[in-house]
Amino acid sequence: MPPTPCALCNASRALIIRPKNHQKLCKACFISLFETEIHNTITANSLFSPGERVAIGASGGKDSTVLASVLKTLNERYNYGLKLMLLSIDEGIKGYRDDSLQTVKRNAVQYEMPLEIVGYDELYGWTMDQVVSQIGKKGNCTYCGVFRRQALDRGAARLGIKHVVTGHNADDVAETVMMNLLRGDLPRLARATSIVTASAASEIKRSKPLKYAYEKEIVLYAHHKGLDYFTTECIYSPEAFRGSARTLIKSLERVRPSAILDVVRSGEDMARLVPAEVSGGHRGGKDVIVNEGEAEGDGGCGSANGRASGGEMADMEKQLLENDGARDNETEITVNGHKHDPNCNKSNRMPKKLRKQQMGKCARCGYLSSQDICKACMLLEGLNKNRPKTQIQVSVEEEDSSPTLTRRMEGLTVIPGHQT
Amino acid sequence: MDTKADDEGNLPIVVEFTGGLELLFSNQRKHQIALPSTDENGRSANLAFLVRYLCQSLMTGRRKDMFVTDGTVRPGILVLVNDADWELEGEDQYELKRNDNILFVSTLHGG
Repeated sequence: MPPTPCALCNASRALIIRPKNHQKLCKACFISLFETEIHNTITANSLFSPGERVAIGASGGKDSTVLASVLKTLNERYNYGLKLMLLSIDEGIKGYRDDSLQTVKRNAVQYEMPLEIVGYDELYGWTMDQVVSQIGKKGNCTYCGVFRRQALDRGAARLGIKHVVTGHNADDVAETVMMNLLRGDLPRLARATSIVTASAASEIKRSKPLKYAYEKEIVLYAHHKGLDYFTTECIYSPEAFRGSARTLIKSLERVRPSAILDVVRSGEDMARLVPAEVSGGHRGGKDVIVNEGEAEGDGGCGSANGRASGGEMADMEKQLLENDGARDNETEITVNGHKHDPNCNKSNRMPKKLRKQQMGKCARCGYLSSQDICKACMLLEGLNKNRPKTQIQVSVEEEDSSPTLTRRMEGLTVIPGHQT
Repeated sequence: MDTKADDEGNLPIVVEFTGGLELLFSNQRKHQIALPSTDENGRSANLAFLVRYLCQSLMTGRRKDMFVTDGTVRPGILVLVNDADWELEGEDQYELKRNDNILFVSTLHGG
């Protein structure tokens, strides 16, 4: 095949074909256009204010590395006046995070940004390695996700920073839209599509400047700019559910590359139909309130937990029906017939009030929470209860003449392996 | 060395794996290989043949499905031919030349 010239400069050979519009670009034009588009996303959504101190959630992976590089470039080119920093979480997973943190440390030098690392061990007294040795590999993503969200906030708070940016890209958002559609999780569908998520649970706002950037272009940007990033898969995350959503998105992209942005836009449109009472945010506004401890997908982890129960779903449907705004926007609303059945059980028909978020402080750790005890503390309580396992075994040896106690201890040893 | 490879009817090329794919290929990013210049049917070696060849001769990991599905490179893996997207080069029908650099980048792994 003869070399194709770049569609923009017409001079250099095209090396990149853009997924969203098939435009063929040379390396220099691609890099410049990619950066300009991120700049446009930033300005169109007024993500930053001059002089703002912003922490980049950095894992050492491709997305956060590209985000750090692009933000540094744009901050200098367009005089955003931002003070950028890198904020990393050390979950305490040997052979995984310790390697990628080395990459973050190099990035801090390369991009001349201060780096703060917040460890689960110092925050919670547990590394993920210890959590997994206690509860097993199944369900550990729940712990990691809840811990991470607080850890990022606490790390930002330690730095006195009120804005954390993350490297979520268009593919991530499209996957999350699919997952939440399949789960029927309307609140998260609404939150995950939002480019900015402010939270009543903390003063720290989150945003995703790469929300409209294709993963493919992020990887190509990193490649053509020769960026230093680290690839790894969390050794504890089988990524079962996100994995299938991911496969679906990538297969769609192969057939029709524009599909990814189409899914993102559809997700945004659907999110507009979700009433504020359900999404937890104020309608029409850009900001969406996020429940404490519930991240918008947490960057590729396999957690499929915390979905709404059936009862909540019924409430939501009712709320949807009652919401005038939603009705105006909907093309068609179908409600299960039994809802209008007069013989239906009364309790089903009683319009239950959706619980409103009441933000208070966790009684244990003082962290802002909608419940008396925050999620992290609840999880920690469960972990700590099972910790003195060795002590119990000692007492078995001491009193092994008592068959009743031995039997009781046999019963107890099952508990650490028990999973929810 | 290049000449010798030519005498044997092989194409000297460089194949690189990144983004997690190196785990399937001896945990090594860069491989200098001598690819037979014709495929099983005597046609000039193209990228489809290279992918089959890599699965048979170079792959050490057991998760072949992480590299190939439905007979072609798995969606989510980028293929660059001398730095150009293979979509610009005829995808798996691209015929390999001496000293080509073929890069496989997975976008599927943690970031």
